Amino acid sequence: MSARRLTVQYYALLREQAGRREESLESAAATPRELYGELRARYPFTLDPEVLRVAVNAEFAEWSQPLREGDTVVFIPPVAGG
Amino acid sequence: MARFRFTHAAIDPAPLRRELADPACGGFAAFEGWVRDHNEGAAVRHLEYQAFEALAVKEGERILEEARTRFGVPRVLCVHRLGDLAIGEVAVWVGASAPHRHEAFLAARYVIDEVKHRLPIWKKEHYQNGDSGWVNCERCAAPDSAAHPHAHR
Repeated sequence: MSARRLTVQYYALLREQAGRREESLESAAATPRELYGELRARYPFTLDPEVLRVAVNAEFAEWSQPLREGDTVVFIPPVAGG
Repeated sequence: MARFRFTHAAIDPAPLRRELADPACGGFAAFEGWVRDHNEGAAVRHLEYQAFEALAVKEGERILEEARTRFGVPRVLCVHRLGDLAIGEVAVWVGASAPHRHEAFLAARYVIDEVKHRLPIWKKEHYQNGDSGWVNCERCAAPDSAAHPHAHR
């Protein structure tokens, strides 16, 4: 599978652990699950995927959703609004 | 009509309440979430709220629409604060006006409960002792976190 260009945005604890708000990257990850695995190898993320949700292009998505060229992916840590 | 919105400025309830005025409504209920000086035994100095706004606004609008249809409440509004907040400041404001009080209470309760569980908003507590932590995140990072799934949906 060829690599696709993706944008990843980080929030809250993931932003601190990645040390950045956003990045553009070439990835062979076919799904958000694979992408998070790739990023975990690069950054000291302590959150397991089981406690995260994922959004693609600013809508909630499944971990198995196929990623496409140009997608923007956000991994959502446990929320605490209100 | 943006009925769900974020603000970086202090929330002033008076104009929000006026937005919900309706001659057909005889009941109005509001909920304010305030910044508290303690959480789970730790003294809190101030709070920091962050949001994934593009998604949170869409999901917030969906919650308000659900409240309107579920309880037949014509007017419902929610404003959530972002950035640094001091103790006692309003972090979130929910208001609902309805023909009768029962529906107004139900709608306001529904909105705040859903907002807390569904919106991508995060809260970092800064403690008196100098520590800080993202609420619901630091303990999830503990090795035994899989044994304690939280209410994250």
